[in-house]
Amino acid sequence: MRVLVYINSAQRRPRVLRTLGRVSLPEGLVCFVKADCPTCQMVQPVLRQLAAVDAALTVYTQDDPTFPAGTAPVDDTLLEVSYRQRIEIVPTLLRVVGGKPVERLEGWDRREWERLTGINGLGDGLPAFRPGCGSRTLDIGMPEILAMRYDGSRIRSRRIELGAQEDEVEATFARGWSDGLPLVPPTPPRVLRMLEGTSRDPQDVVAVVPPDLVECTVEKVAVNAVMAGCRPEYLPVVLAAVEAACTEAFNIHGILATTYFVGPVVIVNGPIAREIGMNSGINALGQGNRANATIGRALQLVIRNVGGGRPGEIDRATLGNPGKYTFCFAEAEDTSPWESLSVERGLPPGTSAVTLFAGSGVQPFFDQLARTPEALARSLAACLRVVGHPKWGLAWDALCVISPEHGRVFREAGWSKARLRDELGSILTFPGAEMVKGAGGIAEGMPELAVGATVAKFRPGGLLFAHAGGTAGLFSAIIAGWVSGPAGTEPVTQEIRR
Amino acid sequence: MIELLDPTSERQPGHRPRAARPASLDGLTIGLLDIAKARGDIFLDRVAEQLTARGLRVVRFRKPTYTKPAPADLRVEIRTHCDAVIEALAD
Repeated sequence: MRVLVYINSAQRRPRVLRTLGRVSLPEGLVCFVKADCPTCQMVQPVLRQLAAVDAALTVYTQDDPTFPAGTAPVDDTLLEVSYRQRIEIVPTLLRVVGGKPVERLEGWDRREWERLTGINGLGDGLPAFRPGCGSRTLDIGMPEILAMRYDGSRIRSRRIELGAQEDEVEATFARGWSDGLPLVPPTPPRVLRMLEGTSRDPQDVVAVVPPDLVECTVEKVAVNAVMAGCRPEYLPVVLAAVEAACTEAFNIHGILATTYFVGPVVIVNGPIAREIGMNSGINALGQGNRANATIGRALQLVIRNVGGGRPGEIDRATLGNPGKYTFCFAEAEDTSPWESLSVERGLPPGTSAVTLFAGSGVQPFFDQLARTPEALARSLAACLRVVGHPKWGLAWDALCVISPEHGRVFREAGWSKARLRDELGSILTFPGAEMVKGAGGIAEGMPELAVGATVAKFRPGGLLFAHAGGTAGLFSAIIAGWVSGPAGTEPVTQEIRR
Repeated sequence: MIELLDPTSERQPGHRPRAARPASLDGLTIGLLDIAKARGDIFLDRVAEQLTARGLRVVRFRKPTYTKPAPADLRVEIRTHCDAVIEALAD
């Protein structure tokens, strides 16, 4: 550990205490300014006033080290303190206790400045309010420069230098990192920016990723999230999805290695879905939304690049499905007739979460005539029977994405999710004689020992429901699963940590 | 110079592997690239003689200057016409 104490020559008192790369601020009032800002120019008398009453004011100046005169400003032209304090506007006035800001004001607002400083009569003759200017830390290109200058050592991934004539996008293909679509080249500044999306340490291990069973850090997830096209605020969702995918219960190894169609489907619940602009409405399962598209893709890129799971190698899918590029959507909680998927699965309402389901593509469920829940349930059951194969029960789970127009039928009749599940369970129970091999002239089917029994199509807990989609269309979606239960996969719900 | 961060587990070498070497030169077209350094042509003339004597087809290329990488067009031309290339570093 190295502790540096910067001494301000004018006052001979410690101004900045730097420990382990973090900057503690001096106690009292701290103001960040630049001479190039008219509002900063305007508040000079106020700053001098505060300095004069010994209010323990420290001014950091971003451009002219002599500005503002008479306040003994601290030179922050290298912007380290501004960067570490995430200053976005000048002037920014902070009240600092124990080295940390406890209050923050941006721009000039006399009433607020008087409240924060506890001093009345500030800035006589000045307008009551004036917005500030952008901090120099946000000048074009500056965030990247500062991230490299002050946070470059946070990242430890191997650095790969490209040849002078190498195209950076082609280079990502050539090295085998791509799922087939172009990637955003993962430069160090982009990865540092991505890491801003989480409070977690870049070297925290998120999961052990199959098939190579590699410890995957937050940083490696961030590198792949950059390539997938994620914005930093999506990173917590990707981290939760990686964590959930790599659990024993979800069994991403098997999902990857099987010859079956399956890939991970990510359903996002809670406030984060809206905050990051996810789509739960029109075309929710389709293309066109950056968060939906890139979160699911980032998960798959982690499996590919960190876990080493590539098609033709460990991934032996006969056909696969297009959802293996990306399959992620948010549940439309506001308009849902039911409690959300994550709440049903045990998390408190208002918690942001991902649920991972092993899905094998989308099967449309069409019913434009049912006006009663009984009729709609029978209709849905008929379509659910074919999940995997109509003569197999207890083998696959299914996720039903119920659209608003179908959801309305259940809501208006007061059917809970549990009621619908019970009704479907009763309908989807068949005499074993219909299900066994050879029955109905179909060779495929369940073993002979099912002959005398009745067979349920779905195991308890094997039928999931989520609500999403546009407001027009009497269609819902059935997402068929894969081998269910301990022998295959269980859906996994994971809280999203910021 | 562009620098990227490795998204993988870093179990494989960071450098790209060299292109696979032909098991035999029989029937191949061999490019001879003169990098435009002094006496490179003498060396390549001799190589060309020997390859031609073995019944191989030889195509000659020359960089505009040895101080710069081969222009993209030249690299494409070599790749299009040749199965293998021999580059002469001379002085």
